Amino acid sequence: MIEVTVNGEPRSLDVPADTPILWVLRDTLKLTGTRFGCGLAMCGACTVHLDGSPIRSCLTPISQAQGKQITTIEAMESDPVGQAVQQAWMDEAVAQCGYCQSGQVMSAVSLLRNHPNPSDEQIDSGMSGNICRCGTYPRIRKAIKRASENGVAAIDESLFTEVKA
Amino acid sequence: MSSSMFSQKLFSRKFDQAESGDVQLANVSRRGFLKGLTAAGALVIAARWTPAFAEEQKFGGDAMPHGVVDDPDVFISIEPDGTVTLINHRGEMGQGIRTSVAMVMADELGADWDQVVVKQAIAHEEIYGNQNTDGSRSMRQWFDSLRRAGAAARTMLEQAAAKQWGVPVSECKAGVHLVMHTPTQRSLTFGELATAAAELPVPDRDTLALKSPDQWRYIMRQPEEFPQGESKQPLAADGMDILTGRAQYAADVSWDGMLYAVIARPPSYGAAVKSFDDSAALAVPGVVKVMAMPTATQPSGFEPMGGVAVLAENTWAAIKGRQALSIEWDNEPAGANASYDSKAFRELLEKRSQEPGEVARSTGDIAAAKASAADALSVNYYAPHMAQAPMEPMAAIVRINGDSADVWTSVQNPQAARDGVAKRLGLEPEKVIVQCGLMGGGFGRKAKPDYVFEAADLSKAMDGRPVRVQWTREDDLHNGFFHTVALEHLEAYFDDQGKVSGWLHRSLAPSIASVFAPNAEHQSAMELGMGIRSMPYDIPSIQQESGEAEGHIRIGWFRSVYNIPHAFAIQSFISELAHQAGRDHKEFLLELLGPDRKIDPLSQGEVFNYGEDPAKYPINTARYRAVIERATKEAGWGKEMPANRGLGLAVHQSFVSYCAVVMDVEVTDAGEVIIHRADIAFDCGPQVNPDRVAAQLEGACVMGTGIAMMTEITAKDGVIQQNNFDTYLVPRINQVPKEIHCHAVNNSMDIPMGGVGEPGLPPVAPALCNAIFAASGKRIRSLPVADQLKG
Repeated sequence: MIEVTVNGEPRSLDVPADTPILWVLRDTLKLTGTRFGCGLAMCGACTVHLDGSPIRSCLTPISQAQGKQITTIEAMESDPVGQAVQQAWMDEAVAQCGYCQSGQVMSAVSLLRNHPNPSDEQIDSGMSGNICRCGTYPRIRKAIKRASENGVAAIDESLFTEVKA
Repeated sequence: MSSSMFSQKLFSRKFDQAESGDVQLANVSRRGFLKGLTAAGALVIAARWTPAFAEEQKFGGDAMPHGVVDDPDVFISIEPDGTVTLINHRGEMGQGIRTSVAMVMADELGADWDQVVVKQAIAHEEIYGNQNTDGSRSMRQWFDSLRRAGAAARTMLEQAAAKQWGVPVSECKAGVHLVMHTPTQRSLTFGELATAAAELPVPDRDTLALKSPDQWRYIMRQPEEFPQGESKQPLAADGMDILTGRAQYAADVSWDGMLYAVIARPPSYGAAVKSFDDSAALAVPGVVKVMAMPTATQPSGFEPMGGVAVLAENTWAAIKGRQALSIEWDNEPAGANASYDSKAFRELLEKRSQEPGEVARSTGDIAAAKASAADALSVNYYAPHMAQAPMEPMAAIVRINGDSADVWTSVQNPQAARDGVAKRLGLEPEKVIVQCGLMGGGFGRKAKPDYVFEAADLSKAMDGRPVRVQWTREDDLHNGFFHTVALEHLEAYFDDQGKVSGWLHRSLAPSIASVFAPNAEHQSAMELGMGIRSMPYDIPSIQQESGEAEGHIRIGWFRSVYNIPHAFAIQSFISELAHQAGRDHKEFLLELLGPDRKIDPLSQGEVFNYGEDPAKYPINTARYRAVIERATKEAGWGKEMPANRGLGLAVHQSFVSYCAVVMDVEVTDAGEVIIHRADIAFDCGPQVNPDRVAAQLEGACVMGTGIAMMTEITAKDGVIQQNNFDTYLVPRINQVPKEIHCHAVNNSMDIPMGGVGEPGLPPVAPALCNAIFAASGKRIRSLPVADQLKG
């Protein structure tokens, strides 16, 4: 049994220890908001937070999450930074097909926590692991800046719904 | 849902049945109305065309299988609480068609967007009309009929109100989600009128009053015109669902008892399984069954490639089971495909390009132009294979219930999926219910439903049990339907006045037809229509030829298709010619374009014209000129540029839209390319959803940047050499233009509507490569740039 907390809920999982977190979320827990894009940590579609840090769940075995907190896109609606990012994404009309956007949002939330006023270079570095084939990058950049301007920096860190690494 | 609930609705009958999965066309009311559409559509065309031509040729949506439909019964329902449910029957893959289809109907109806629900149609073209979502066709072929559907429903609500009040219908006017009696200012909401309106006949098409553009609240409105203000896209059918993870794609639905399958497919196109050892695979916990799939014979069309399937209780077990398989492949049936080497094939095409090909178009006297040339240039360009690589790898679930089947997937062409599944399972097509989730990107790949057929075959093998086939990224890159590979040979001759007197273009590229027909070794009329025969330039002697090029991997549609290599070659070559003539590229290009005129495509042997009426959609050089002028103006063409920096221009017409791109590029001493800015001038006629048009252009610019800089599929010994995004390179956020500016040209209802999803792509790579030349003096003739500028 592997004990993890997923979006604040304790879970006991009877799955092979080498199962990537992605497939535990999608197939076992039916949390399908985390997407499968490459299986090689090359595209970022599967990005979730493990104890507050972004990881590629397609290549991270569930055993590495033992005793830790996994946070997925499904929790972002109740996360202050997540809400700010989602609203900025809506305001900039970022999404096209939307498939990569769960991962983009998770990476952006993480970026903005670490850099509430990110520079272009910090955006490049924080977001270049996330591929978007539709090419929404210009709007992602604008949306991150909008979320930043809308006061992500002012959000009380005590309100974070997950552990900040 | 109960039928009594539906009986309260307006216009619910047809999609009600479709929703329930129990479609009985014989019971569908108002079939007569549908039939009337075809007749009226034919009349409209007859008026535009000579009678002889009209009898044999239809255009646009009318020419598509099952045509277009404007029956409000099919698309619109209104509940007593005022909820307006609008059906979107086209595939959503990021172009925003779910929003755009709904907003057109909602606007003509007078519905308040906040009370609109968008529902996705099942595959059923007999009801909905054509659903094949490719060719940048959805809005340009459906705008008029969707408007009519909305207007018909609005008229019925007005008639119902008039009846209730006992007043002339001329005094009743629909406003926003209500009908007003103008003299007395009384009003009834759409919800209050729904039941009564449902009893009325659908008004005759000829009597409908469509709204004038100034009455529209959503159509053609810029984001800032919406009352909501702040947001760039206040109307978004799926926006928040996407951002919360709730949106459902092909792999996001599970059915009871479902098995998860991955398939080890043949390494070469046409290879078969000789033998396999599944003992290790079966030992993987969760693996339920391993089975061989039949190999399709070539040309295989949409048929699956075959291989060995691993069925398991979850995806990871299936993936591990496949890893544990030991398979011996038989390359015999693959023939020459098993030794396909894309590098050697390029050399073969280079060699063939020196010999004449089949003449696609010939005007003037190319031999005389050559003989009398004062100067000449002869160049070969190369554009490689690519994979569409949508972010969502293909997936499909099928279950069989006796004489019916259910499918959940994401496809561009749902009807092809439905009919193909029905055929292979021996079922009536209407007993196969194909439901489509959002497509996580398509780009042409999901127009081929081979993955749906795999799921059908596996479900059948498992006695109808639900099976979800999941493609991995490696599968997508190894076993796809790839973009063609192209060698474009160009020659031009200058007369003694420095004018281009002759133009020879020999294009060698395997045809998509090679996947459907034996011995298809030349480009089809469709492919030659993508920038070659449609080329507008005013040159006295033009010879265009198609050289022999056979397919050795499955060739398929890729966003903008053969326009990619054709535009790259033609637009690069014009830049080279301008340079050779010592002329400014823009001036030279405009001179080559010649005087403003409308060219009949047929006069150039161009019969494709994206399926559109050549009288309505001629090749219009004024529209070319307008986008060139706009893009260069916005980019500051002619301004002094810093060292190592230059502007590059390209223009291309495709999908009956016109697009010019100017790129502002820096090439560092180390050979790094920095793209400072892109200016895109785009003329697709009226822009129904302007911000979404801009988004498509931005996306095309990003994808085109990848095509120019890094994206390439190669093959060796019949096997694709790229495995995943580590070796198949696509652009990332730090590799794209720092700024992309989109400029609308001719955004007016006076212009016939053009395509949007694809036409932004072709000019991007040549504009970028022309800018690289302007910045560095280095000419890129082979895509991608990769490390050509380094060292």
